[in-house]
Amino acid sequence: MAEELSACERRPWVEATEKPFVRIKGITKMFGDLAAVDDVSLDIYRGELFCLLGGSGCGKSTLLRMLAGFETQTSGAIEIDGQDMTGVAANLRPTNMMFQSYALFPHMSVEKNVAYGLLREGVSKGEAMQRTKDMLSLVKLDGFASRKPHQLSGGQQQRVALARSLIKQPKLLLLDEPLGALDKKLREETQFELIRIQEDLGVTFIVVTHDQEEAMTLSTRIGVMDAGGIVQVGEPREIYETPNSKYVADFIGSVNIFDGEVDVAAPDLMRVNSTEGPIICEPMAGLNAKQKLHIAVRPERIQLSRTPIEATNTMQGMVTEVAYMGNLSVYRVQLAGGQCLKVTAANGLHEENPITWDEAVHIGWSAAASTVLVK
Amino acid sequence: MRQSKLARRFVIAVPNIWLILFFMVPFLVVLKISLAEPRIAIPPYSPLWDWVDGSIKFNINFENYAYMWEDTLYINAYLSSIKIAATSTLLTLLVGYPMAYTIARAPEPRRSILLLLVVLPFWTSFLLRVYAWIGILKTKGILNAVLLWSGIIDEPLIILQTDIAVYIGIVYTYLPFLILPLYANLVKLDDTLLEASRDLGASRISSFFRITLPLSMPGIIAGSMLVFIPVLGEYVIPALLGGPDTLMIGKVLWNEYFSNRDWPVASAVAIVMLIIMLIPIMILRRAQTKGAEI
Repeated sequence: MAEELSACERRPWVEATEKPFVRIKGITKMFGDLAAVDDVSLDIYRGELFCLLGGSGCGKSTLLRMLAGFETQTSGAIEIDGQDMTGVAANLRPTNMMFQSYALFPHMSVEKNVAYGLLREGVSKGEAMQRTKDMLSLVKLDGFASRKPHQLSGGQQQRVALARSLIKQPKLLLLDEPLGALDKKLREETQFELIRIQEDLGVTFIVVTHDQEEAMTLSTRIGVMDAGGIVQVGEPREIYETPNSKYVADFIGSVNIFDGEVDVAAPDLMRVNSTEGPIICEPMAGLNAKQKLHIAVRPERIQLSRTPIEATNTMQGMVTEVAYMGNLSVYRVQLAGGQCLKVTAANGLHEENPITWDEAVHIGWSAAASTVLVK
Repeated sequence: MRQSKLARRFVIAVPNIWLILFFMVPFLVVLKISLAEPRIAIPPYSPLWDWVDGSIKFNINFENYAYMWEDTLYINAYLSSIKIAATSTLLTLLVGYPMAYTIARAPEPRRSILLLLVVLPFWTSFLLRVYAWIGILKTKGILNAVLLWSGIIDEPLIILQTDIAVYIGIVYTYLPFLILPLYANLVKLDDTLLEASRDLGASRISSFFRITLPLSMPGIIAGSMLVFIPVLGEYVIPALLGGPDTLMIGKVLWNEYFSNRDWPVASAVAIVMLIIMLIPIMILRRAQTKGAEI
């Protein structure tokens, strides 16, 4: 496995160089009249760590449960490694799942929990115990084999759940909010642990999460979901820098959104009239004059100064709030038109006389920093 | 602060006083009678102590306990009671577990109705319900009539006044006591545990025996004890449905008190029965503390 390129180096989704490993084809799940998952199609490649990202009730967990075989789709089909999964029961699928609540068997020791899947498969007891031992050391839980789940900390339970779901060497591992129950510090450590294990074993991971930071750190690609549908699929950088809709821009990281309509849409000039005055963007094809749209500008792309700024787009405003975050400060700047912008700036060492409350400031950003959102 | 402390003591005191007054005092009275000698008098036993010349003189008598060893009737009655109680507990479990499981898995609105149906028989008198079984089970009763009419049997079954009738009566009467604690346990079972088991390759049946059943053990034990303990001393059901061969300690106790009027021996029988019952109660307590750990 080591010599082979990992999925994030191969990037098979850029050009169709290989066959997708998981194919979700027009899948819909109705609960009564409500479509929890609405006509979703998705291709996921071998070795990927794919994140399904969305708010609660967006259908991401239902989609995962259909992959695992706990829910049956109303229409559409799922194919894993070339095999149609329709009608295949959960216990016969080449997938394993790590549950949000971990779902560790409370009456069994750690060892028995982890060995459970192997023993059900008919692996001999000796081999099962050996593989369990190896798996426990992979997740750094040697010496905990005889403990009961309730004697473990949250982080340890999480690793038992991971070990248990990996022991059968599934082709596809489904993880439902795998880090949701951990505190922030532990979550950050575990993220990298998860990536290490995923790359070591070469298993394809599909992770469901509502935490955009988690999705950005973990994944090769992200599928942003809203109201049962996939809104955008792409690499973390792509999703962050070129969101395709207001929803995605708003969901991933923080962003300032201007509402406006197209003033000039020429091949060499693109200008939008917003409530705060004209904004220059990179020229873009397919837009009409007077078309209503949104402009998204990331807070870290905006410069902030007491003196006028040389930039394509400049505005003036008043600082209403400053939050010191250590490495950077977050400013809220009130503009003349009534809109409030979020601006982040890195903090220098021993900065004297930093910008503070109630100061008049100049702000500016480049044309490339203004992302045009039609939806 | 002081007031709340007083209130707390009061709250604890109420059940304690209740237990002392209605359990401890009668128990001591029975213990006292079991150590006396029978007499043809009112009350029909000798006093435990006398005032002789200004000093106390005790008359403690262990004859009654020794007598129970000598006459095999008592030992046989105890053994037979334990056998009947154990068998009917097992039968009740076999009938009650699927019922409790079905109720616990039923969707919410239906669940309450099913639970109501389980406790519904309590609304009529227990005695009346046992009498109803006589009507069903007797030679010319409803059951035989239906079976004869449908041609399944040619001559009536003799069920009434046999041990089978006793088992039917006990299972019927004590079923709710088993279903309710078992239901309370099963309804708490986390569905994702079963999903995890299925996900790891176990079939539905295998998941039941490896996950559901072991996790419902505290409920099984609690329910079984609630059946086993009262059945051990059951009097009404064997007296009404059982025959002359049905030997149970409750019946022996009744005979000693009311036919023989030998209160001291009867009290000794009761005390020994209580000690026998302590064993399952201790098992129950252990199971409960173990269940609390999970």
